[in-house]
Amino acid sequence: MPQSAAKVLDHMPLFREPEYKAMLKAKKEQFECPHPADKVQETDDWTRSWEYREKNLAREALVVNPGKACQPLGAVFAASGFDGTMSFVHGSQGCVAYYRSHLSRHFKEPSSCVSSSMTEDAAVFGGLNNMVDGLANTHALYKPKMIAVSTTCMAEVIGDDLNSFIQTARDKGSVPEGFDVPFAHTPAFVGSHVTGYDNMMKGILSHFWNGRERQASASVNIIPGFDGFCVGNIRELKRMLGLMGVDHAVLSDTSDIYDTPSDGTFRMYAGGTTLDQAKAALNAKATLSMQAYCTEKTLEMCAEKGQQTAAFHYPMGVSATDEFLMKVSELTGKPIPEALELERGRLVDAMADSQAHLHGKRYAIYGDPDFVIAMARFVMETGGEPVHCLATNGGKAWEEVMTQLLASSPYGAGCKAWGGKDLWHMRSLMATEPVDFLIGNSYGKYLERDLRVPLIRLTFPIFDRHHHHRFPTWGYQGALTVLVKILDKVFDAIDLNTNIPGETDYSFDLTR
Amino acid sequence: MPLDDNSNGDFHRKLIEEVLEAYPDKTKKRRQKHLNVAEAGKPDCGVKSNIKSIPGVMTIRGCAYAGSKGVVWGPVKDMVHISHGPVGCGQYSWSQRRNYYVGTTGVDSFVTMQFTSDFQERDIVFGGDKKLAKIIDEIETLFPLNKGISIQSECPIGLIGDDIEAVSRAKHKDIGKPIVPVRCEGFRGVSQSLGHHIANDAIRDWVFDKKAIDFTPTDYDINIIGDYNIGGDAWASRILLEEMGLRVVASWSGDASISELERAPKAKLNLIHCYRSMNYICRHMEEKYGIPWIEYNFFGPSQIAQSLRAIAEQFDDKIKENAEKVIEKYKALTDAVIAKYRPRLEGKTVMLYVGGLRPRHVMTAFDDLGMEIVGTGYEFAHNDDYQRTTHYVKDGTLIYDDVTGYELEKFIEGVRPDLVGSGIKEKYPTQKLGVPFRQMHSWDYSGPYHGYDGFAIFARDMDLAINNPVWSKFKAPWKAA
Repeated sequence: MPQSAAKVLDHMPLFREPEYKAMLKAKKEQFECPHPADKVQETDDWTRSWEYREKNLAREALVVNPGKACQPLGAVFAASGFDGTMSFVHGSQGCVAYYRSHLSRHFKEPSSCVSSSMTEDAAVFGGLNNMVDGLANTHALYKPKMIAVSTTCMAEVIGDDLNSFIQTARDKGSVPEGFDVPFAHTPAFVGSHVTGYDNMMKGILSHFWNGRERQASASVNIIPGFDGFCVGNIRELKRMLGLMGVDHAVLSDTSDIYDTPSDGTFRMYAGGTTLDQAKAALNAKATLSMQAYCTEKTLEMCAEKGQQTAAFHYPMGVSATDEFLMKVSELTGKPIPEALELERGRLVDAMADSQAHLHGKRYAIYGDPDFVIAMARFVMETGGEPVHCLATNGGKAWEEVMTQLLASSPYGAGCKAWGGKDLWHMRSLMATEPVDFLIGNSYGKYLERDLRVPLIRLTFPIFDRHHHHRFPTWGYQGALTVLVKILDKVFDAIDLNTNIPGETDYSFDLTR
Repeated sequence: MPLDDNSNGDFHRKLIEEVLEAYPDKTKKRRQKHLNVAEAGKPDCGVKSNIKSIPGVMTIRGCAYAGSKGVVWGPVKDMVHISHGPVGCGQYSWSQRRNYYVGTTGVDSFVTMQFTSDFQERDIVFGGDKKLAKIIDEIETLFPLNKGISIQSECPIGLIGDDIEAVSRAKHKDIGKPIVPVRCEGFRGVSQSLGHHIANDAIRDWVFDKKAIDFTPTDYDINIIGDYNIGGDAWASRILLEEMGLRVVASWSGDASISELERAPKAKLNLIHCYRSMNYICRHMEEKYGIPWIEYNFFGPSQIAQSLRAIAEQFDDKIKENAEKVIEKYKALTDAVIAKYRPRLEGKTVMLYVGGLRPRHVMTAFDDLGMEIVGTGYEFAHNDDYQRTTHYVKDGTLIYDDVTGYELEKFIEGVRPDLVGSGIKEKYPTQKLGVPFRQMHSWDYSGPYHGYDGFAIFARDMDLAINNPVWSKFKAPWKAA
């Protein structure tokens, strides 16, 4: 009997005890009708072959282990960055349970959001009553300052019209006169969560901006985009802009809502862009997007309103941060202060100190389109070589941007960009053309296990490590965090491969 | 077990009244039917259940897809389960139920993978049946050792008129493996519950009696039904049943293979743990194959012993003697666990809000540790669950069905229990209040909690949750006064 009160065995050691091993072996042999072990091994080997890779890449319909989520998740995330805002997702209720769980598992924070709980009758008759009752209930119970409405695929398939539904709900008194209920149609069968972010951002801004006269100011709007590191990144962004003395508004500031204190109070709402800021944002001189693919339609609208616009790809690393700061400086006329130049110098110093350990390392990188661009770029700045760059929600345009970026550096020469592919494709790529490190999110742990390639978790979602999102990856300071995360893996890998006493004592160096 | 302890009852009734004040009239009328205080001697808990959730109130429930793919089918390890529709449902539920299994993932087992048809606009407009057929072919090419495929319908499938049954029949003819269409679109029913039922029916209609089974029965063949092997629960249960001399034919559906499901009708007795999600298949097997079923409870030593004896009653004296031996064998362990943890947990109060079984089933395990349940409720129970709950709850216990985020927060604030056991969405709001919390769906990444081995972990986890020093740090010392 392996279990004891003195030393309680968790699932991990418990099921490796002989009693359990014998039990599971007997279960398999007697009841599971398993394939013969050699057949399993042979098939496993075959899944790592070039032949399998060709078949795998030829897939036309099946998607396995995708690196993307659906639109409403992005919409809920975007809306959560506005002060006192409750997301209301019109459609089936299970979806909302999923978004909330997904966000909470990453941030280890509450995630509040309501559903209009449509069921079979609403599928037949439409969800108007659900909207009318739902808005009234949400307003009464959760006392939001704004309710941001998006849709699940159910509501989209049956063709519910948010504009008229919300108007009807207003007419019936669900919310007070003048209460803000922006909305966005967010069909799950179009694009991904980054598309949903864009649609909701445009929905909220157009709600405040349409029909109002723009009076140009000197302020700059910044839209962060969908970002699992938003807590650290937005704070870092505001710090840098503060050092420059730039008058700015972050549109969808999620840094506080996903980082509330434990002090005895549950804050359903915390911080965020105020509704007045959102209104005044119309007057801004320019709107900058930190993630181009999260804001395609929104920036178009900003330009139509007469603002200057610029879009970045998740500025990480030296040159990407340089470009961002220079653009801000150019737009506002504020010089880049010495303090930031010092930080830049310190980052470059750190990179120089560690360059020998990074030069020539080969990476597989996956994630959202903007992240992959940024990550590949930073890796190349350290002398590393991206080999496989993959974005399930990246299209042809993204592949072109990637290809240009890779062509701009000798370190990108051996790399291919894979838009629209998934992590099972990545498995074949890594099995046939091996790399030293994999950069992605928690889903990458299955690749790490199958292919024995260390995983560096640098993008959403990170479920199995805690608190990374509290530290920035943007700016020079953020780049330092990224650099250290990569270096830690590099050194851990060396130590793990040299820790056999009597065999590898010679490489187990104290100083590296 | 109901006690005549009504001290909490009046307080809880007042709490319910206060909470209902926040609702608009129409909603208040509907919600008040779901909230009550348990009274000794009543046949149920006096709440309505299995009714549509109200729009906009932040129900904690999920959907039929979650009940089928997430609960019933997902753990069947040697089949590929296609999340059929847009990408999200499969993505959010990917690897989240902790259904432990042993196998070579991606080769002969597929539980922790996300297979999706990733519907695009053209699939909505033109239908997805051709795509589905192609997907099944591609699965056969790339995952040849799969033992079958299930199609887990997401909302659009039922709305656009796809005929996944026809595709399944045709493809079954092609490849000769079970292809199971499941109509678990998320808008069906009012919660996960209908998904369980639909998934059970799909096993009945598309798995049972489809081929000749080579099987030599014994007198001691049983099935474990309704154990999803979360954190290894089914294994910590199986080991006890085997020690008793019983032979577990099918583990249903935690760590299950399709062969086990196919052979289940050959067993002599069905043991059902999660009554809510699996009673359907037990009733079917009883009707069609004459297999009796009994409910059992493997949470905590009191219930385990009672259950082992009740199970043994169905067999001969040898098994009955063995049951006593098993109880005796583990007595030293449970005594030591209780001696170690009960003094640290005695008198601590607990509020639960879980799915369809645990809000009652885990109560006695807390009781074994001297803890008291002061409130409990279900996401997706039916009235027969609330009837069964009366055997467990004390008089005066606060009862909440399909609780809303608002109600749960107010109840927790009002009651201030020493521990709340619920899900991931409830975890962080509760902890912010300074109230210790354990996830009781996923065992908070721990487990197993079933069986004697699991009870030790359960006790340890409740202790570490409640007695961690962090809870004393919430107030800054300069503000403590």
